[in-house]
Formats: sequence, structure tokens, C-alpha cells
Amino acid sequence: MTAPRLAPRTALVLGLALVLLAFMAGAASGAYPIAPAELLRMLAGGVQDTPAQLVFLNIRLPRLLLGVAAGAGLGVAGALMQGLFRNPLADPGLIGISSGAALAAGVVIVLGTQWFPALPHTLGSWTLMLAAFAGGLGVTLLIYLFAQGPSGTHIGLMLLAGVAVNAVAAAGLGYLNFIATDEQLRNIQFWLLGSLGGARWSAVALVAALVAVACTAALAWARPLNAIALGEAQAALLGVNVERVKRAAVVITALAVGAVTATTGIIGFVGLIAPHWVRLVAGPDHRVVLPGAALLGAALVLAADAVARTVAQPAELPLGVLTAFIGGPMFLLMLRRFRSRV
Amino acid sequence: MHYSTTRRTVLAATLGAPLAAWAQQQPKPPRLVTISGAITEVVYALGAEAQLVGTDTTSLYPAAALKTPKVGYMRQLSAEGVLSLQPDAVIATTEAGPPVVLDQLRSAGVKVELVKSEYTWEDVRAKVQAVGRAAGREAAARELQARLDAEWAQVGQQVAAAKGPKPRVLFILSHGPAPQVAGQGTAADALIRFAGGVNAMGGFTNYRPMTAEAMASAAPDVILTTDQGIEALGGVEKFWQRPELALTPAYRRRAVVSLDALLLLGFGPRMPQAVREVHQRLHSS
Repeated sequence: MTAPRLAPRTALVLGLALVLLAFMAGAASGAYPIAPAELLRMLAGGVQDTPAQLVFLNIRLPRLLLGVAAGAGLGVAGALMQGLFRNPLADPGLIGISSGAALAAGVVIVLGTQWFPALPHTLGSWTLMLAAFAGGLGVTLLIYLFAQGPSGTHIGLMLLAGVAVNAVAAAGLGYLNFIATDEQLRNIQFWLLGSLGGARWSAVALVAALVAVACTAALAWARPLNAIALGEAQAALLGVNVERVKRAAVVITALAVGAVTATTGIIGFVGLIAPHWVRLVAGPDHRVVLPGAALLGAALVLAADAVARTVAQPAELPLGVLTAFIGGPMFLLMLRRFRSRV
Repeated sequence: MHYSTTRRTVLAATLGAPLAAWAQQQPKPPRLVTISGAITEVVYALGAEAQLVGTDTTSLYPAAALKTPKVGYMRQLSAEGVLSLQPDAVIATTEAGPPVVLDQLRSAGVKVELVKSEYTWEDVRAKVQAVGRAAGREAAARELQARLDAEWAQVGQQVAAAKGPKPRVLFILSHGPAPQVAGQGTAADALIRFAGGVNAMGGFTNYRPMTAEAMASAAPDVILTTDQGIEALGGVEKFWQRPELALTPAYRRRAVVSLDALLLLGFGPRMPQAVREVHQRLHSS
């Protein structure tokens, strides 16, 4: 039995409701006991300097917003990549953003104190973020340039170049693991598993702004992506400038995922399943898939982080463990239900 | 008896004011969260465990420390998690992190005491002082430090008085596909030196996986390892069956010294005990 396909508007309203629900659940849960009444008072504008309110405003709230931005960025980027590659296995990691960011983060963690000892003093914890951001963009640019041919960007070539470059980056990270001290090794490991624990207002504002721009920009490319779904040649016949679409998709993805990954480490799985999920429920129109994937991604990250913060309190679990742990089985259930549409 | 309202107020004031003043002079002892097994041990050595509201996952000794709320691994602390224990002070080594979380704790008004790890006796003293300061038990800390200093000096004399050549010692941290051994700049390297041995591995820092050939050419007289490492292999019998050990001088004499990992490498208040034990077993095996 297959459930009826949802109308676009219904699907997006449902997505928004999910995000709000996850946000509220996230706001109400955490290691530090904050009474719901206190939360409501804050919502009503009654901000006082109680410890509970300080914890909420300085630690929990920026974290929730970072969760929204991270999930939305990863979701929308995943939808762009799957649309561009016309491949259901595509995710933002494919064009090297995650591996480039991870390699750069590894270099800073392991070699940072030897190679540029002055940097942490001036940039503090921004060093790692900036390096990861630059690393992600750099590797993506490398793959994009490699795939340039006489007839423009060769998508198949980009895919294969991505596989190769990702392997090289993984090998580089493996070498860094080898020369790392125990502490550095643990730092790399935790970075690779992702966490929203580093949420500060300054960083959150930056990432949220970048993701907001990326999401808005992505929506403008929904129709051309729909045309590309028919094939590049057909899209060109329909008057779509395919080269521009490719470039835009790569740039938007690199910026959004680069910013998110630099702040949170690698959060796996969200970019891969969020778009699929939306397609299963509401069909393949990118005008629904792009915003839908952003909403679903945000809800998924918020929910996973609420569990990460509470299940082992006062400690916290790595986020990447939970996005897959929660998202995987839920996705399997979805697949079962919508089996005929896959 | 019947008091007028004013008289009752006056009475309350005369009784209440000194009480309030007394309460201010005797503030509640600070609540502590410790991040490092050795620092947690110091809290217990000072008898301040009633003030301990949370520890990290490396705090495994004494057994009571296992029952305290666990704030996770020292490098991956959660700001909200630590704050939920409402500590007045967090005492940690400089390895604790991430830095953003430490900043968040500071800005929430928690005193964050960080102790450097340089693998010297000074480490132990710094930990005792930091706990004494944070716990409001300076006098007890001075007393403990004097006792430990005396014990340390005694162990030092014992080691210095040992005769014969210094044994070559190889520390094995863990046996994966290749055994991880200790180079320079490690807690194990320092401990071997304090106990009157020579690290059989030179030429690199930190822990590295080692080939069987490199282990043979290092020619250790004794293998030093942790109880946990031997347990993970399934006992001493299984330990000596590891192929990479077969070509070492230590293998011929089955010379292995193993101690609990935290006792051996923690650089806590039990360090004189650890050094004495390793020294004695090095020279009897």
C-alpha cells in the first residue's frame, strides 16, 4: 500500500511543522534543568539574569540555531548534488568538500603548532574553522577545474575525479593519524564525527547567514534543475544554460557545506537522505525537493542533537553517530512504505 | 509572654544578624568537577570527595570515583552537561577541551583551573595545589604535598642507590595490528627514567606502531605495560605468544612488568608508589 503523494504546499508546511516541533523539543531538553515555565517567560520577553536563562541564551539557543543552519545547508546541498549528478547516491561529500575540510582540519590539529605556532594566538579557535572552510573550497575547486573539457564541465569526469581526490585526502588524513599524538588523534576523531558543541553566537551568525544565502540562491535554480533531470541535451534544447547551472550548484554547495562543516565537523548522512525523503513523499519537482530537503535536514539534525545532548548527560555523544543511528532506521521504514516509488 | 511587633523585629535582628554573618564566614564548600584521573585522586587524597559533583571518564580510581556523574571524555566536554552539575570550579589538565566549552564555563562564572602536563614531579605538586586552591583546602594541600615530597625523595634515593647497569625498558601501550610503543616525551618514557631504566626506544616522540624487526633491534631487557593491556590480550601467557616479542632479550627471561594504567601513567598522588614498584620489579626480574 502506498500513501498518496503530498501536494507541494502540504509537504512544505509539514516540513516547517517538523522543524518547529524539533526546535521546541530541543529547547526543552538538555542536561541543565530549565523549567518549561521559564522558557515560556523568556519567549514572552521576560529575560532575567537567572543561571538557567544564561545557560539557555548562551549555550542552548545558539546550538539550536546552528542545528537548523547545519541541517538546512546539508539538506539543500544534497538536493542540489543529486539533481546535478542525476544520481541518487550523490551527496555533498562527492565533490570533495568534506574530505578537503577534514584534511585541512587534520593538518591544523596535528601540524598547526609546528608550522604556524603564532596563528592560534591571533585567531584562536577560528584557525581550525577557517582552515577547514578553505580546505573544503580548495579541494572542490580542484575537482571542478579537473572536470573542465572542450564541451564544458563533464559531470561524469567530476564524479570520478571526486572519488580519486577523496581517496587521496583520506590517505593524507591517515598519514596525519599516524604522526599524531594521542590527544591530536582524539581531536581528529571527534571532528570527523561532528558536534554542535562549538556553537558561539559569532560563529552561528556567520554560518546561518551563509546558509540562508545558499538556500535562497538554490531555490532560483529549481526549474533549470528540473529540466536537467531530463538530460543535459534536452535541458539545453529547452533553453537552459547548463554550464551556469552546474557552476551555480557547485558554488552554492561548496559555500553552504563548507561553512557548516568548518563549524561542526562532519555530520554524515543528512545530505544524502533528506532529499530522497522529500522525493518519496512529495515527488521529484526541485521546487519542493530543495526547500523540503532543507527543512527535513534541519529537523533531523535538531532531533539528533537533542538526543546527543541528553542520552549520556552530563556527557554528550558525537552527533554524527546519531544522525545515522536515528536517520537510518527511519529512512528504511520510509523506503518500505513507499517501496513502489523507489 | 507577649512581644510587640517592634520588639520581635529587634529580637530577630539581634539573633539573625550574627547568624547571617556566621553563614557568610562559613560558605558552603565549593562544588568541584575534576577532569583527569590523577586530579580526581588528589581530591580523594585531600578528603574532599564530598565536594566532588562530577568527574571525567578517565577518573577510575578510587572505586568510589566510578559512581560520580561522568561528564564524558576530557577532550569532548559539554558545556551544558558540566553546568548542570552546578560546579563552582572545574579542575583539569591543559589537555581538557574543546576550548570553546572551557570559555563557556568561564563566562558562566565557573572557575576553571588548568594544570600543565610535562611529565615531571612538578606535575603532581601542581595538581595538589590546584585542587587545594579550588576546594578551599590549602592547609590540607600543603600537608599532603609535604608528605608526597618526602615520599618522592625517599624513592629517588632508593633508585639512585641501585647498582649494576640500567635495564633497557620497552613500554608497550597496546597491541593492535602493530604494537604501540612509547617514544620520548611520553608519560611512560618519564616513568622509565624515574624508575632507573632506559627507554629502549629512541629517535621519535609520542606513541608509534612498531614493526617486529624494530622491536628486536631495540633489544629491551624488560617489557613494561599496563594490566589493562595484558588483560585485553587474555593474560600473560597470551602476551608472550605475540610474535613481535619473540626476538627480544626480554622474551628469553619472560621479563614483563605491568601495573594499572592510571597508577603507572597518571602522574597523580600515587606516583611515588608507582615508581618504587616499577623500580623494584625492574631490578628483580
